[in-house]
Amino acid sequence: MSATAVHSLWTTAADPISKIDAPKIEYGQLAPTLIVVGAAIVGVLIEAFVPRRSRYYAQTFVSVVALVAAFAAVVALAADGYGTTKAGIAAMGAIAVDGPALFLQGTILLAALVGLFTFAERRLDPAAHGNRVDSFAAQAASVPGSESEQKAVKAGFTTTEVFPLLLFAVAGMLIFPAANDLLTLFVALEVFSLPLYLLCALARRKRLMSQEAAVKYFLLGAFASAFTLFGIALLYGYAGSMSYGTIAQVVDGTVQNVTPALADTMGNDALLLVGAALIVMGLLFKVGAVPFHMWTPDVYQGAPTPVTGFMAAATKVAAFGALLRILYVVLPGLRWDWRPVMWGVAIVTMLGGAIVAITQTDIKRLLAYSSIAHAGFILAGVIATSPDGISSVLFYLAAYSFVTIGAFAVVTLVRDAGGEATHLSKWAGLGRRSPLVAAVFAVFLLAFAGIPLTSGFAGKFAVFKAAAEGGAAPLVVIGVISSAVAAFFYIRVIVLMFFSEPRPEGPTVAVPSPLTMTAIGIGVAVTVVLGVAPQYFLDLAGQAGVFVR
Amino acid sequence: MSFPLLTATAVLPAVGAIATAAVPAAKRTVAKWLALLFSLATLALAITVLVRFDPDGDRYQLTESHSWIADFGVRYELGVDGIAVALIALTAVLIPFIVLAGWHDADPLETGSSRWRPTQGFFALILAVEAMVIISFEATDVFLFYIFFEAMLIPMYFLIGGFGDRAHEHGEKAAATQRSYAAVKFLLYNLAGGLIMLAAVIGLYVVAGNFSLTEIAEARASGELNMATSTERWLFLGFFFAFAVKAPLWPLHTWLPNAMQESTAPVAVLITAVVDKVGTFAMLRFCLQLFPEASKWATPVILVLALISIIYGALLAVGQRDIKRLIAYASISHFGFIIMGIFAMTSQGQSGATLYMVNHGISTAALMLVAGFLISRRGSRLIADYGGVQKVAPVLAGTFLIGGLATLSLPGLAPFVSEFLVLVGTFTRYPVIGIIATFGIVLAALYTLVLYQRTMTGPVKPEVSAMPDLRVRELVVVAPLVVLLIFLGVYPKPVTDIVNPAVKQTMSDVQKQDPRPEVEAAK
Repeated sequence: MSATAVHSLWTTAADPISKIDAPKIEYGQLAPTLIVVGAAIVGVLIEAFVPRRSRYYAQTFVSVVALVAAFAAVVALAADGYGTTKAGIAAMGAIAVDGPALFLQGTILLAALVGLFTFAERRLDPAAHGNRVDSFAAQAASVPGSESEQKAVKAGFTTTEVFPLLLFAVAGMLIFPAANDLLTLFVALEVFSLPLYLLCALARRKRLMSQEAAVKYFLLGAFASAFTLFGIALLYGYAGSMSYGTIAQVVDGTVQNVTPALADTMGNDALLLVGAALIVMGLLFKVGAVPFHMWTPDVYQGAPTPVTGFMAAATKVAAFGALLRILYVVLPGLRWDWRPVMWGVAIVTMLGGAIVAITQTDIKRLLAYSSIAHAGFILAGVIATSPDGISSVLFYLAAYSFVTIGAFAVVTLVRDAGGEATHLSKWAGLGRRSPLVAAVFAVFLLAFAGIPLTSGFAGKFAVFKAAAEGGAAPLVVIGVISSAVAAFFYIRVIVLMFFSEPRPEGPTVAVPSPLTMTAIGIGVAVTVVLGVAPQYFLDLAGQAGVFVR
Repeated sequence: MSFPLLTATAVLPAVGAIATAAVPAAKRTVAKWLALLFSLATLALAITVLVRFDPDGDRYQLTESHSWIADFGVRYELGVDGIAVALIALTAVLIPFIVLAGWHDADPLETGSSRWRPTQGFFALILAVEAMVIISFEATDVFLFYIFFEAMLIPMYFLIGGFGDRAHEHGEKAAATQRSYAAVKFLLYNLAGGLIMLAAVIGLYVVAGNFSLTEIAEARASGELNMATSTERWLFLGFFFAFAVKAPLWPLHTWLPNAMQESTAPVAVLITAVVDKVGTFAMLRFCLQLFPEASKWATPVILVLALISIIYGALLAVGQRDIKRLIAYASISHFGFIIMGIFAMTSQGQSGATLYMVNHGISTAALMLVAGFLISRRGSRLIADYGGVQKVAPVLAGTFLIGGLATLSLPGLAPFVSEFLVLVGTFTRYPVIGIIATFGIVLAALYTLVLYQRTMTGPVKPEVSAMPDLRVRELVVVAPLVVLLIFLGVYPKPVTDIVNPAVKQTMSDVQKQDPRPEVEAAK
């Protein structure tokens, strides 16, 4: 290493201060995220300054307005041609504004809006001491079962902090698939993960289980984040840049040398391979792919059901978006290395999720394993490495997230004295007592199973078609086999609901407020529309299928 | 734009299903009449299709074509050939009888819960199945066909699992368990078949780029589209597997006896006479047209499997103690004949097979529905519980006999013509298989006549001594079917006229000609 090179590691030639320009921020292009972040901060202020009894209404109002406004901003950007005719890289190269980013942001915002309705539901639990309560702990800080908890319940406290937490998580998710450099990626990852860890711990019933879920999620999530960060460091060492575009060029070999200071490590393939593997590992953790899925069933089961639904839908959308961008923008030059690995991950994820789900006896755990199997199906589309692959994954994510939120919303309705009755045996004969609720849940299960005329089928067909065209025919065959396995346990639930005798002491179906009804209604409508007439949305996903570099 | 007749024929029962399902809980009778009305209206439309269809015209007629999911290369394309017209007519004819026969099958036992509406559900599901079956017969787009081929499993599944015979030897709880077992088995078998087919459907898209039956067949014929031999074989196997499960062909048949045994007689007829026909129909329309070379390649194996079905089904039917199970195994034997006729690759064989589909539908419907009336009277499905019924209920016994004789292909009744054609068609190309298959007829005589003898003749058992004869509603169901059996047995020309040109087309698709009759050269 030459003397100047070493020297330049810790010194730099001084420039006049005036040469540092103010960063140029494209506020218009960043509007969706900024609106959500702003509303989240307003939410924090509401917690601080608005009287307790008005907070719920204020928070709900602000959150709904923010999500709708952010969605409108996404639509406006798309109408302006971003994603179809032009694409931008905003905020000094930190954030990409392109088709996949806008499509996924739109999906996340809609999913969050529907999820928000289930967050705000206050009619399901019986009123405690004359106060209507939601699914969240009265006072998160009080020890479960303690006197202070009882006091909090008596006083009618509710954790209205969930609304700003939700908005912060949404903001992180909006940036995650749009991040155009590795640091932004990591910051976004943390911004959406931390509120989710908190939200998981806030269940009103079964608080210990909820806190356990949160700790598990936090510990494993922290590990995954650490791996990602380590991978980012190694990749920086390899490429000398955090920017996706530059790293891609270095991987391709079109750019040889970016930073003289890194002349020693740059181009070292070991750093590239290990770094890329660690980053992808962190993302696979977030999507819940085998073998990084261990947290999924526990967290899904323990978290408050509205949070589970939101998390299962929106996290998956954001994480798959980021994974797509990493693999398609940063590492296309490395695809001969990552494709075999992803093949393996997709296969074990599809089969593992489907097979383990068979033995589950809790509806939330069952849906957790089913979400793992679905992650496998989506990975099959990711592997296609073609424009069809991108658009099919986008479509699948949009279809899947509404089915998921709807299904978890139905789970919140089926209750007995101990809160939600999630044990499968309690669902026996639900179709006799509440045909409508059972029928709606059956629609969601059939969509999960990929029965034609539901969105699940259109999505599955799209990803499998892309995979087959990409030369992954064996993956498709394994995919249909695991679909058949998965169909077994979805059908089992339907059998239980419709053909089993109802138990005398079985759960009742709570009559929800219009909020949850809207959430479930939107879920059903999207499931059917995307199943019967998917063309418009496939077009949308197809037009949005080009990344900016 | 002309009136979309085919769409209307499929949509009408679907509308009927929704209307029937929407009838309030207390108005059960309204729901029944509504269902009957819609099934009759569908029959009227199906007859219009039959009349408007010109056997000597284009191959696919009354075609409709609209863009649907352009991204998948999927179009909403309908069109009927003679085979489809015959089967649509069969479906439309049978559904009103099924509705009538099941008039009281879904009356709720107790009128407790006001939101549980089994009767409305039962008839709505039957109409939903009708709609999906009809559109699968009409679809000339592989994807469109696949969607309804799969989707029809769901209403079928609820029909099997949700409604069963009232009486059961082990009580209502055991009956419910067995029913749901049968329903799940039905669904899993067919779903697995369908998913394997999905892989093949995707494969077809990758190879051909679209799903239009006519376009793909044309491209193949003109040599524009070349499939590698191994690709074609894999795709063929994927399609055939699904159809063989549905049809059902040995060894994929085991769901059928369970499903037919546990469901009510009208639903059993719906399964075997209507829904299963989609499987055999699809072999003719999709397997042979899309993959002619692979079909020829697979013929020997399929013929042997069909032969096993014929003999095995008949042998097991002889040994059954349960009336419905016996009819189910008899059906497996008959499906063996149909599949043998299709893959014998002779025009007689395929005409016979198509005719057999129609005739088997009518004869099974007659036999099964009468058996259902019998079972509902005594409350048992076991053959041993009956005896001497013909002395108490002569009309019931008489119609049962006619249904049974049709099942064993007595000359003069409709199935004889078709079975004869299938055997002749098979014999001209594969004499050994044709000869062995003939034993199926002998066994058929055995199981039907033994069934009749044990239940209807002999001393009158005390339990059946007060058995009422067929009521008016039941006569209305059975009499037309018997008339049809006799009419088509004496004069099958109307059906063969419609079917034959379509069969010729299919034969030319697979580039097979009938073997020339060989005359021993005199020396």
